[in-house]
Amino acid sequence: MTAFNKYLIMNTLSFPILSFVIFIPLAGAILLLFMRGERSVKMTALITSIINFPLSLLIYLRFDVGTDKFQFGEFIPWIPAYNINYVLGIDGITIFLILLTTLLAPLCILCSWTAIERRVKEFMFCILIMETAMIGVFCALDFILFYVFWEAMLIPMYLLIAIWGGPNKDYASIKFFIYTLFGSVFLLVAIIAVYLTTGTFSIPDAMFRDYGFNFQLWVFLAFAIAFAIKVPMFPFHTWLPAAHTEAPTAGSVFLASVLLKMGTYGFLRFCLPITPKASVFFGPYMIALSVIAIIYGGFVCLSQTDMKKLIAYSSVAHMGFATLGIFSFTLFGWEGALLQMLNHGVTTGALFLCVGIVYERTHSREIYDNAGLGKIMPAYVGFFGLFSISSFAFPGTNNFVGELYVLIGIFSQNKLAGFFSIVGALLAAAYMLRLLKQIVWGREDKREIADMKAREVIYLLPLVVFVVWMGFFPRPFVQVIEKTLMNLHSQMNIFFR
Amino acid sequence: MMILPELSTLLFSIVFLFISLGKKKDSAGLLARPLSIIVLGISLAGIFSGGELFSGAYRLDLFSQVFKAIIAYGFCLVIFMLDRQNEIEEAYFPEYVMFLGFSALGLMMLVSSVELISIVIALEVSSYSLYVIVPLRKGQTHIQLEASVKYLFFGAISTGIMLFGMSYIYGIARSTFLNDILRVLPGAMDQPIGVFALILALTGFFFKLSLFPMHFWAPDIYEGASNTTTTFIATVPKIGAAALLIRLTMLANASGVQFINVLIVLAAISMTFGNLVGLVQKDIKRLLAYSGIAHAGYLLMGVLALSRDGYAAAIYYITVYLFMNLACFYVLVLLSKDGRNVVIDDLVGLSKRAPLLAFTLAVGAFSLAGIPPTGGFTGKLFLFMSAFREGHLTIVIIGAVNTAISIFYYLNLVRMSYSKEAASTEPIQLTFNEKTLCYILIFLVLYMGIVPFGLLDIFRLAV
Repeated sequence: MTAFNKYLIMNTLSFPILSFVIFIPLAGAILLLFMRGERSVKMTALITSIINFPLSLLIYLRFDVGTDKFQFGEFIPWIPAYNINYVLGIDGITIFLILLTTLLAPLCILCSWTAIERRVKEFMFCILIMETAMIGVFCALDFILFYVFWEAMLIPMYLLIAIWGGPNKDYASIKFFIYTLFGSVFLLVAIIAVYLTTGTFSIPDAMFRDYGFNFQLWVFLAFAIAFAIKVPMFPFHTWLPAAHTEAPTAGSVFLASVLLKMGTYGFLRFCLPITPKASVFFGPYMIALSVIAIIYGGFVCLSQTDMKKLIAYSSVAHMGFATLGIFSFTLFGWEGALLQMLNHGVTTGALFLCVGIVYERTHSREIYDNAGLGKIMPAYVGFFGLFSISSFAFPGTNNFVGELYVLIGIFSQNKLAGFFSIVGALLAAAYMLRLLKQIVWGREDKREIADMKAREVIYLLPLVVFVVWMGFFPRPFVQVIEKTLMNLHSQMNIFFR
Repeated sequence: MMILPELSTLLFSIVFLFISLGKKKDSAGLLARPLSIIVLGISLAGIFSGGELFSGAYRLDLFSQVFKAIIAYGFCLVIFMLDRQNEIEEAYFPEYVMFLGFSALGLMMLVSSVELISIVIALEVSSYSLYVIVPLRKGQTHIQLEASVKYLFFGAISTGIMLFGMSYIYGIARSTFLNDILRVLPGAMDQPIGVFALILALTGFFFKLSLFPMHFWAPDIYEGASNTTTTFIATVPKIGAAALLIRLTMLANASGVQFINVLIVLAAISMTFGNLVGLVQKDIKRLLAYSGIAHAGYLLMGVLALSRDGYAAAIYYITVYLFMNLACFYVLVLLSKDGRNVVIDDLVGLSKRAPLLAFTLAVGAFSLAGIPPTGGFTGKLFLFMSAFREGHLTIVIIGAVNTAISIFYYLNLVRMSYSKEAASTEPIQLTFNEKTLCYILIFLVLYMGIVPFGLLDIFRLAV
């Protein structure tokens, strides 16, 4: 316990807030098992997830931006024989990821309100379990606890795709599962290796230690495979379009907005602090892969006819920016990467929600079937337009800020990579505008399609607010994450001097 | 009084012996469950008793008593699964239960034996009972006869090899008591004779565990025997075998590099072979047989660490293995209406027909694959850590790769029951007892995954 005081500020609130945020959805999920009636199930799930959001806002309000330690710490011994503990804590890197998760969960439940027609109880159960696991991943400061949450998420996600997915769900779900699990077993081996070297499973304890270079290389590779699959980085991305496309809307939103962030989170939390030398050694390769992802994702997007597939491939490109920022090893790059993670979570999540809305009406994801909605669904097109221009980083929207930070970071380190990523950013404009043009003006014929309902407006509005707020006034966000990243930066500098 | 668990199991069998002699045989089904609960209760109560019997050939310590409790638990669960009497001819039912009891008794004696001859006797008591029940299956066909003959022959051969190895041990140590052997054998472990003797002596337990190269029987016997018999053979005897594997490898005492290397090779081949062949299986019992071969390899990782942690991890893993395997087999038992074998395609649409069964199977399969928060993950984590700590990186990586391979066929079970739509959606009716048992198995697997500390501490004390 005492060893933790160095980097962990214990929770001073009267209740263990992180545990509450993690386990309220789980409690709600268990409650669901005893309920009957579709409506009450939906309401319970919604209320559970809505309760969770103000709680996480409370974290944000009480968050101390002046410290680089982990905050709201909780500590309970779990398996003393192996020094495995239940340790929670958050810092600037994780706080917004948690907020993002708690914000998206009620939106996901709302967007599935009518879209999910069978096995509603199981669906809500999976969604709530997912929420628990995702928040748990970001809060855990113990390797094993982290790993348990990280893997526990696979099962509900697999079920979401496998049961409620599209026509090709069988292939997509199994590919998703095996791909991710394959990466994870190496993560586990790396975790054990770190444990045997340091004698602890505590993540902060393992950071910034003077491991041998060879050790770092191997541990980095094991970590990187797991995280690169999750991000997904270029050669490991093939599970993503399949899974995204086949998953139900809520599943796609969770996948795109939160699951992918776990990969980049892993790079920031594990690779950089635990294996700094290896990270720098492999940095150029990671940058190359990121740039390839940006360009490749852009070109593939240009040729898509399926809306969901297009957005899925655009995720590959966007996440390429995040990894590019991380491996630029600059403060700007990291801030940009973190903002980009948030932005991608909001924007891509919103785009998937939009596709879900139109899919419920036309039962098709093909661009042509949904084209020419400009006059039929004006409100919808308004939302869709905003999120599309935000997606290609139009100034005044959130992605612009993130990409700008990343580009500043990467240009100061590697001009060539910077140049190619600018090309990628242009491609983003090309494919998103093509999509937007088709959706708004693509067809002349009049069809009877109802415009958005109030429920749908309600769940898109918070995301609109975020897009605009972040676009014009990113300072509050940067302020919160700054201290943690500055600490990371200075620690890494110490290491190389 | 110290051997109450054994006595109660013996009594259990004798009761059924008498029932089998009588005319009215319907009381057997009624009696089996309460009696097995009593056996379990007594075994749990006797967990902290200690002492020695038969001039030191039979030792009661925490190690043996813990194993007896686990065996009794597994035995009790199997008896509870024996509900549908559509697998065994009504007339043979009391005998069937009796032989199950004798087999459990043999295993209980096995874990307490600390002398080579009593080990052999206990092992044979357990094996012979199983040889008899393998062919007991409704509808005589050649499959179960083939299975029983194979089981008998493989069993006899492995016993022969084991005795051969034991004779070498006797030649080295000039004693059949493990205590005496422990003083002499570590000195011989750097010579071929020591390695040879110990490996051969372990063969009998490799056979029970279905570890390479003694695994050939497993798929055929699993396929041929009735579902309940397979459930028993696949779980309970492996606990006894794991106990003796641990007890005998303790003799090597960390001085045998060659010995460890042999075990590493066996573990690696066993898990790789089991998982690769498991990928193409259609019959679920065969699939679980190959999964069992792979799991024997995982288990050996804990044993070959030759450390306290490793042994505790191995005990933990075999306990989890008992529960998760029982969960999978129970679904098969319930699913197979007329005692037929279940193939993978029969699972299609299971989540609609019986959500609880599908969930039980999913928990079992995910646990076998080693995914948190199930017990299979926690157990495997302990195994990996103990092997890694002793520097056996190679086997840990092979184990990790194997985990990734094996997920495919375990996930296939879940995939079939969840994402494939069935043509017929006739629901499967479950009785209250069956539901309860499903919940208990799910709970046990998850409990061992999330709350490992209490049990693990006991296991660490035991070794």
